[in-house]
Amino acid sequence: MELIELLEKNGRMEIETIATMLAMNKAEVEQSISKLEKVKAILGYSAIIDWSKVLDYEGVTAMIDVKVTPTRGVGFDKIAERIYRFPEVKAVYLMSGAYDLSVSIEGKTMSEISRFVSEKLSTLDSVISTTTHFIMKKYKHDGVIFEHEDDDRRIVVSP
Amino acid sequence: MSIKEQASYLSETVKQLRPSGIRRFFDLASKMENVISLGVGEPDFVTPWNVIEASYHSLEQGYTAYTANAGMIELRNQISHYLQATYHVDYHPEDEIILTVGASQAIDLALRAIINPGEEVIVVEPTFVSYAPVVSLTGGIPVAVQTDAKDEFKLQAEQLEHAITEKTKAIILCNPNNPTGTVLQKEELVQIAQVVQKHDLIVLSDEIYAELTYDEAYTSLAAIEGMKERTILISGFSKAFAMTGWRLGYVAGPDEFIQAMLKIHQYTVMSAPTMAQHAALEALTNGRQSVVNMKKSYRQRRNYVVHAFKEMGLACHLPGGAFYVFPSISETGLTAEEFAEQLLQQEKVAVVPGNVFGESGKGHIRVSYAASLEQLEEAMKRMKRFVDGVK
Ligand SMILES: Cc1ncc(COP(=O)(O)O)c(C=O)c1O
Repeated sequence: MELIELLEKNGRMEIETIATMLAMNKAEVEQSISKLEKVKAILGYSAIIDWSKVLDYEGVTAMIDVKVTPTRGVGFDKIAERIYRFPEVKAVYLMSGAYDLSVSIEGKTMSEISRFVSEKLSTLDSVISTTTHFIMKKYKHDGVIFEHEDDDRRIVVSP
Repeated sequence: MSIKEQASYLSETVKQLRPSGIRRFFDLASKMENVISLGVGEPDFVTPWNVIEASYHSLEQGYTAYTANAGMIELRNQISHYLQATYHVDYHPEDEIILTVGASQAIDLALRAIINPGEEVIVVEPTFVSYAPVVSLTGGIPVAVQTDAKDEFKLQAEQLEHAITEKTKAIILCNPNNPTGTVLQKEELVQIAQVVQKHDLIVLSDEIYAELTYDEAYTSLAAIEGMKERTILISGFSKAFAMTGWRLGYVAGPDEFIQAMLKIHQYTVMSAPTMAQHAALEALTNGRQSVVNMKKSYRQRRNYVVHAFKEMGLACHLPGGAFYVFPSISETGLTAEEFAEQLLQQEKVAVVPGNVFGESGKGHIRVSYAASLEQLEEAMKRMKRFVDGVK
């Protein structure tokens, strides 16, 4: 468990460092990691990027609330799959509450996303309605605070 | 008549007081830029957000007045529950607990309440730097007892026994210890308790790092049989809850002691900061998970740093608590002062030379691992280069 937490925070941490910190040996750590990868508890390793800092990146993200009619037998899974297979779709969650699926999608421009919603998403048979919200600024993503000043405010030497 | 040299007005006691050896390193290090400091005696975490937010809320609600002298009763109730649940010690919230301005003030109160001029107080070295000076301020006489690196700086019953005279009134015990990180286990406390009881002493038990222990279950001295009635338990929120700047601690003990301290407290402080008390209430009621998370992270970093010292070829015991390691640097042939000063100048890493914590701290340095892993990695790399260079 502690191992996963460390990797979740920093997927690039050296095996050796992890081993020392958790008082395990290297082989044990390696084994645990490959086991986690095999059962797909760890699905991959990616960087957390603040795209607003990446020069000449132009992009927008939208979160779309989607109401659907579930299909007999397969519930929401079938329609969710129809949606998440589109590569521009970054996340799909089944939600409790006012709508059913939360779809997050990335595109180059707002019109590109609008086009996706009107042409691809709302035209699906079981989709009843969609509400699109564009993200204007990201303050915190996946537990990481963007624009965070983390200067050490302690005095340099103290008792 | 015009004023004489100002110094001539100062009290003899204050004139005798020596400035802390830590001060000199602070002055050196704060003049330099880009120093990685492992010389800091406080957490690298910022106070958990829910705690900060609770304090905001209390201010918005207008809680800006004094509280009861001993502190808000709701908070004393929580502390009482907490001490019971965590350390199995019973303190009555009405008359056995006082909220203080940090554990620092609790130490001052306790000593002022019990020490008469000329009485001796045993201080176990290497020691937190405030105890002996505060003893002197009360007119008491601090008597140092040295512990041994070979015992991982654990106080041995015989060492204590040797230091006791007919003038000995009390002993100050810091468990887990700053600067060594050593934690006394139950059996070891029982041994010490026997000596204390035999000589009818009082113990000031500074347990401010009790939450930060990493290997074995922690035992409070007050939970040892026959000790509660002669123990003044000192703790606070600074370390476990990352709240050093809030200045809030507490003292718990038998009601006669606490009432005597309250007399001093009501004249000298009135009450501990109100906004900090509201924060502390939130810390105790909803702050457990933050403590668990911070503790986990300290433990991982402790393991990393102890390993790094072994790799450098410096002897370093695995400390069971606090956030310090206390490796020996005698291998390098330098004194602790030389080591710390040269390391600072050559590699810009600040540590504290062990001798400032007492005689038995000589040949050691105190390294705080309350720093980010990236900083620790870089600091250990630089320190290794330095050690390889001088060896
Ligand atoms: C052993 C020990 N006791 C007491 C204190 C003082 O803590 P507070 O911030 O509660 O005054 C410290 C702080 O460094 C400490 O290390």
